[in-house]
Amino acid sequence: MAASSLRTVGSLLAKCGNCSSSLSAFTSSLSRQVLSRQICVSSALRRKNLAAAGPEKFTLEIIQKQVEEFNIGKRHLANMMGEDPDNFTQEDVDRSIAYLFPSGLFEKKARPLMKHPDEIFPKQRAVQWGADGRPFHFLFYTGKQSYYCLMHDTYGKIQNIEKYQDRLRAKGLFSQDVKQIFLGSSRWLMKEELEALLVEAISAHDYNHFIQLMERLLSLPYCAKEEEFVLHYRRQLEAQSRKQTVPPLDRDDKGVAFSTADGRRKTATSSVVLRDCGSGRVTINGQDYVHYFPVLQDREQLMFPLQFTGTLARFDLECTVSGGGRSSQAGALRLAISRALLSFLSEGEVETMRQAGLLTPDPRVRERKKPGQEGARKKFTWKKR
Amino acid sequence: MALHRLPFRLRHTVKHVRSLHTSGCGQQQEAVAVESDPELFSVFRTQQNDPAHQSEKHIGQYYTLPSSHVHTLFPHGLPGRYQQQLKTFNEASMMVRQPALEVISYLKKTDYSKPALRYLFYGLKGTGKTMSLCHAVHFCYTQGWLVLHIPDAHRWVKNCKELLPSSYNTVRFDQPLQATEWLRNFRITNEQFLSKIKTKQRYIWTKREFTEEGTPIGQLVDQGISRVKSSSDVVGALMKELRLQSGQLESNFRLAVAVDGVNALWGRSTIKKEDKSAVDPEELTLIYNLRKLIKNNWTGGAIIATLSQTGSLYSSKSAYFPQELLGEKGFDSMDPFIPVSVPNYSEKEFESCYLYYMDRHWLQHPQTRTEEGKKELVFLSNRNPTMLERLCAYL
Repeated sequence: MAASSLRTVGSLLAKCGNCSSSLSAFTSSLSRQVLSRQICVSSALRRKNLAAAGPEKFTLEIIQKQVEEFNIGKRHLANMMGEDPDNFTQEDVDRSIAYLFPSGLFEKKARPLMKHPDEIFPKQRAVQWGADGRPFHFLFYTGKQSYYCLMHDTYGKIQNIEKYQDRLRAKGLFSQDVKQIFLGSSRWLMKEELEALLVEAISAHDYNHFIQLMERLLSLPYCAKEEEFVLHYRRQLEAQSRKQTVPPLDRDDKGVAFSTADGRRKTATSSVVLRDCGSGRVTINGQDYVHYFPVLQDREQLMFPLQFTGTLARFDLECTVSGGGRSSQAGALRLAISRALLSFLSEGEVETMRQAGLLTPDPRVRERKKPGQEGARKKFTWKKR
Repeated sequence: MALHRLPFRLRHTVKHVRSLHTSGCGQQQEAVAVESDPELFSVFRTQQNDPAHQSEKHIGQYYTLPSSHVHTLFPHGLPGRYQQQLKTFNEASMMVRQPALEVISYLKKTDYSKPALRYLFYGLKGTGKTMSLCHAVHFCYTQGWLVLHIPDAHRWVKNCKELLPSSYNTVRFDQPLQATEWLRNFRITNEQFLSKIKTKQRYIWTKREFTEEGTPIGQLVDQGISRVKSSSDVVGALMKELRLQSGQLESNFRLAVAVDGVNALWGRSTIKKEDKSAVDPEELTLIYNLRKLIKNNWTGGAIIATLSQTGSLYSSKSAYFPQELLGEKGFDSMDPFIPVSVPNYSEKEFESCYLYYMDRHWLQHPQTRTEEGKKELVFLSNRNPTMLERLCAYL
């Protein structure tokens, strides 16, 4: 309610501003100052106020209404699908939407969806000022209140630590080697992430300032006091290969270890059975691989994971592959072989394999032809007339 | 692991071989007039350049064909890539392999008063069937046989530039170009027999031209080369003469018929008649006569043939067994034959081939000298001779 009334007020004021713009620059700025102090929002100030980042579109009421509608809609959907409305999760919603509105659109984002309004409406700031028109926050007039608030807090913490250190020095308990914050595998938030956290646009310069201030905090010997605060602004880096699920080794009747894996590239799909203690025999669809892949490059593709891990002539491979052309079949087999090899390797080797790009699926597919063009990118021959 | 150990083992035996061979070197030199450089002695080479004396212990080793033999015996018979290699290395080395040895041992023991035996090399693509055939043919040549070598029968059933209706039998068709080319090569290979063998029949080519009974076959061949029109019939006549005369009491020669790609005889052809219908191989004079030659109703010789998928028409890519490639008709007409399978390289043979290329400085990449590099070669070629040759042929 408050926001909508504010908007009308704002439009009134904008008209007023337009009138005054005909006057001299000096008087207009003066009147704006005066006005803003009185009614707290002028159009100019709102533009400056990055918290809003453009005109506020969705008031709290609208969003609440949307949430209610969503909840009712979800129950309706559950009833339609004949499921329990109380335990109808978002996954069920997605599934039923895909079932009720099947869509062949290529772009996933363009397909019909039903999500909680929190996910759909962009995050925005709450109103920054009270009924009397005074802002809540003391840094409101800096224009970037949450950023400066963060800087202020950080500096406050630095001062706290310094005070603490001084106290220790006075008592003679100060020592250089105390517990440090472990930062080994983490990084500072990126600029974009920080912006999302603060819900405020910040410049590159501001971001650098923030990083500098944080580094200064870290340079203090007793920075561990504020570990929680620091780690809040850092992200844990994960080795990508940790995410790789390594299938456990199987053993057949004779006790020979084997592993299976699948791979795909373009439209080719393949699966590989890798047997230990072999002699390097390879069959593809029951055929000798040399005759299946008469082109050298394809055989090199097959060889690469084995050669990279130094396990040539150790395994027997039994491959099946279908779809696609010869090079995509070779690519699919390469991926499948590398995945199947994982079970036989140590974690370090898995990481080197990932870095060599052996575990990364190739996402490239054929690009569609566009109307009005000869191909995906190629244009028709240009003729003057 | 076995691969790893092999060179040591081989090297060990070599030392023995070297000491043995240096002693027997003098005797060999008179038998086979080849330059026997002591440096050339190595694991993968044998000094036994006469196929007749090669035995199991030479398997996997290279022997060198004398260049005079290469020029007379194989003016057109060697595969193209081997000819290139021959030019590059400036020597014709051939590996002694089990299938060829097997056939040679049979040839040595055969009773030649009985109808000719048929040997058939078969195997996967690129396993060295043609080279085995050449090895066996070389044996026949060194034994002083008359060699009738058809380097690729497939060439006779396709890509025919000139097709003439036969003058002898109007149902059939002549291929003068192929026939003259073959006659020319036949003349080079069997120079010594041309004057010795006389015809037993009178042949009339046209109203004015004829060949009297008792003329040497050299004249017959010359007639075929100079009179292009009758060349196909000359081939037929030549084959007939040789077939009838071999094994007879008064004739003193053995006939070796070597046909590469026999499955062409019973396959289909892509040659078109005037009315655009395909020509049956039966209707081609050359093929018709060759089929008669393949029938074993003659004595005093042997028929050595290979199947080949490469170059064959309308056959499945993976087919390599005799039944598949010859077809029912071909299999029945070939029927009592001795199949000889030509496999990929064994570990020993691969090692020897690898060492040969090393010796020729043909493997230049530093990686190829390592054990890893060798494993890569094994994987990429799967010990298939042709694939290995192609891999190594890159510069």
